[in-house]
Amino acid sequence: MGSTSDVRSSSEGVGRRDVIKRSAALGLISVPTMSFLSACASGGGSDNGDKAEEGKKTAKNPLGVNDTAPMEFVLFDGGFGKEYAEDAVRIYEQNFPKADVKFSATQKIQSTLQPRFNQGTPPDLVDNSGAEQMDMGILSSKNQLADLTPLLDAPSYDDPNKKVRDTLRPGIVEMGQLDGDPVWILYYAYTVYGVWYSQKALDSLDEQYPETWDQMLAVCEKAKKKGMAGWTYAGKYPYYIPFSLYPMIGKVGGVEVLDAIDNLEPNAWKHPAVKACFDAYYELYEKGYILKGTPGLDHIQSQTAWAQGKALFIPNGSWVENESANVIPKDFDLAVSAPTGIDSSDKLPFGTIWASGGEPFIVPAKAKNTAGGMEQLRIMLSEASSKNFTSKVKSLTAYNGGTDGITLTPGLKSGVAALDKAGENVVNPRLQDWYVQLQKEKIGVSALGEMMAGRLTPAEAIKKIQSFADETAKDTSIKHYKHQ
Amino acid sequence: MQHGKYRFIVGFLALPVGLYALFVVWPFIQSIYYSFTDWTGLSPEFKMVGFDNYERMLDDDIFWKSLQHSLLLALLLPLVTIGFALFLAFMINVGGRRRKGGPVVIGVRGSSFYKIVYFFPQVLSIAIVALLFAFAYNPDSGAINSVLRGIGLDSVQPLWLGDPNLALWAVMAVIVWSTVGFFVVLFSAGMASIPADLYEAALLDGAGRATTFFRVTLPLLWDTVQSGWVYMGILALGAESFAVVHIMTTGPGGPDYSTTVMVLYVYQKAFRDGQAAYATTIGVALLIVTLAFAAVVMRLGRRERLEF
Repeated sequence: MGSTSDVRSSSEGVGRRDVIKRSAALGLISVPTMSFLSACASGGGSDNGDKAEEGKKTAKNPLGVNDTAPMEFVLFDGGFGKEYAEDAVRIYEQNFPKADVKFSATQKIQSTLQPRFNQGTPPDLVDNSGAEQMDMGILSSKNQLADLTPLLDAPSYDDPNKKVRDTLRPGIVEMGQLDGDPVWILYYAYTVYGVWYSQKALDSLDEQYPETWDQMLAVCEKAKKKGMAGWTYAGKYPYYIPFSLYPMIGKVGGVEVLDAIDNLEPNAWKHPAVKACFDAYYELYEKGYILKGTPGLDHIQSQTAWAQGKALFIPNGSWVENESANVIPKDFDLAVSAPTGIDSSDKLPFGTIWASGGEPFIVPAKAKNTAGGMEQLRIMLSEASSKNFTSKVKSLTAYNGGTDGITLTPGLKSGVAALDKAGENVVNPRLQDWYVQLQKEKIGVSALGEMMAGRLTPAEAIKKIQSFADETAKDTSIKHYKHQ
Repeated sequence: MQHGKYRFIVGFLALPVGLYALFVVWPFIQSIYYSFTDWTGLSPEFKMVGFDNYERMLDDDIFWKSLQHSLLLALLLPLVTIGFALFLAFMINVGGRRRKGGPVVIGVRGSSFYKIVYFFPQVLSIAIVALLFAFAYNPDSGAINSVLRGIGLDSVQPLWLGDPNLALWAVMAVIVWSTVGFFVVLFSAGMASIPADLYEAALLDGAGRATTFFRVTLPLLWDTVQSGWVYMGILALGAESFAVVHIMTTGPGGPDYSTTVMVLYVYQKAFRDGQAAYATTIGVALLIVTLAFAAVVMRLGRRERLEF
C-alpha cells in the first residue's frame, strides 16, 4: 500500500472532488487487509490417483524410482545458496536421463508452497527452511509428510552393504521423528552451536578460552580494560542466546534438565542449574561486559560489531562463518568453543556442546513421485555430494565424515575439533523446532532479551518463562512432543 | 430511448460489481467462514469448531496487547499526521506573505520545492523506509545516536527499537515520516481549488494566518480532511503498520511484545504457527475495529456541506 501511483499525478491541477474520490477509492482497497488470506483459501484436494507408477527395484535403483516420472525439487535459497543442490540434481538427471526434473529455489517456502499443499499438489522434495518454514508438526499431523524410513533402510549411495541410516551422524534420525517411529524429516546440514570468537583476539589478551565462569569473568574484565566488550548477541533476536545458554544448562545440571524443559514438565525451569546459569549470564550484564547498545542490534549488526573486534564472544551457529564472511577479517582466526560452565561440580565435562541437524528436507505424502524425492536425497547423502556441500558452504552435513581431503576453513575446522572433544556429550534441545513461538518470542524476546538488557532479574525471568511454558503445555491448539 | 437504459446501466455495472464481489466481498465471507474452523493453512482438511477460536482470542493476552497498540496507532497517527500535513499544506499554499504585484494568496518562499521534498518519502517503498530507519535506530552505529554523540549528548544513547518503552513511538515516528507527504499533496490540491476571492475578502477584513486557516481553509477542506483521516486510520491499522513493525522490530513485534499489532499477529498465526483459522478470527476482529473506526470518524465529522 505504500504506492500511490495514481495520486502522484494529482498536483494542484486536479479538482478537489477528484482527489477526494481517489483517496476514498484508495481507502476502500486498503480495507480488506485481511483478505490476503484468501490467496491461500483451500481448494478441494484431489488425492492420489495421479501418483507415478513404481519403477523396478534394482541394486542401482533400490527405491524403485520410475525412470520416466517427472521429479520436482524446491529448495530454500538461504545462507547455503543453491549450487550444492543443483550439483546433486545433475547427478539425478544423469541416473534417470528420461525423467523430467524441475528444480527451483526460493526464500519464500511457505508462501510458495502453502497453496500447493492446500490443493494436494506439492512438489516431490522440499527443503523446508528459513524464516518461512512450514510447521512440521502440523504437516505431519495432517498427513502431509511421507515416512522416510524406506530411504533410511535403503543401501547407501556409496556402499550397497551399508544402509543410509548407518552413514548418518548420531541424532539425525531421531531428530527427524516427531513422535513414534516414522521419520518425517531429514536434516541435511549439521550445525554446531556455541560461543564464537576470534582466536587472534583471545591471544592478544594472553588468554585461553575460559572453562569456568570465574575465568570467563576474568577474561571479560581483561577485555574491558582494553576497551573491548566481553559479549554481544543478536539483541533484536535474543533467541540466539540459548545457543550457548542451553548447553551450559545441560552441562551444569545434566541432560535430564534440558529434556524436562523440552517436555514442558511443570517446574522444569525451576531447577537450580537453570538459576545458576541465568545468574551467570546476568552477571555479564551487571558487570558491564556486554557491548553497549546490544539490545537494539539485529543479528547482522551484532555479528558485524563482533567481527570488527568490538566484542569478544557471541553465541551463534556454524552458519555464521558463511553469513559474516564479508565482514570477518582475513586474520580473524574464527573459532568456536563449547560453552563455559560454572565450575568443576558441573554434571558434564567441559566440551559439552549443542550440535544438531539443520536444513530440514521433507518429501510430501501427496507428492506424485515420492520415490524420486527420496532418491534425490539419497544422492545428496553420498560422500561426494556431502563433500561438495562442505567445501562450498563451510558447513558439515548429516553424512558422518566426508571431511577428509578438503581444506577446512578456520571456523569449520574448529567446529570439527569441538565435536571431537565433545564426544558423547552432544546435547540437542528441541524447543526451537518443537515450539517455535515459545522459544523465539516468549522465552527469547520477552524473557532472556529483557533479562540481558537488565530489565528483568534472573528470578523474574525464570518465573516468566515457567508460566509461558505452562501456558504452552496447556494450549490445545499446539501439538505437544516428548523425548522418547 | 428509455427501454435501453437499464440494459446499459446493468452492462456497465455488472463487471465492476462482479469483480468487486469476487475479489473483495467473497474473501471477506470466506475469512469469516474459516474463523469457525480449525483450518491450519497447511492442509486442505479442516472441520467446524464453532466459537472456539473466538473464545481463545478473548483469553489471549497477546491479542489484547496487539489490539491496544492498533487502537493507539489508529487514534494517534491520523491526529499527528493530518495535523502536521495541514500545517505544511497551509504554509505552502496560503501562508506566504504577499509580495508586491503578486497574487494575493501565495505560499511561503520556495513552496514548490518543499512540496516535492515532502513527497519524497512516498516514492520510496515502505519496506525501504523501514529498513533505512532500522539502520538509523541502531544504537551502536546508527545515525540518530551518532548525531546525539556528535552534539555532546554522550550520556543519552537510547536503545530505541530495543527498549520496550520507546519502540512503539519509534515505529510511529517512521509511519508519520513516510505518510505526511502524501497528505500535504492531497490537501494542497484541495486548497488550490478554494476560490481566491474568499481569501481576499478575509484579508481585507484583517484576518491573520490563524483566523484564515480556521475560518476559511479548514471548513472548505473538511471533506478532504475527513476522507484523509479515514484513509490514514486504515493505513495505521493495516498495511503500513504491518510493514514497519514487521521489518523494523522483526519477529515477535518488539521487545516484550511492545510493538505487536493486529495485522502482524494475523500474519504470524497464519504463516508461522500454521493456525490459519485463528488468524482469520483475529482478521475478523480487525475488520470490526476498522469498520467501527471509519463509522466513528464519519459520524463525528459530519457537518454541513459548504458549496462554493
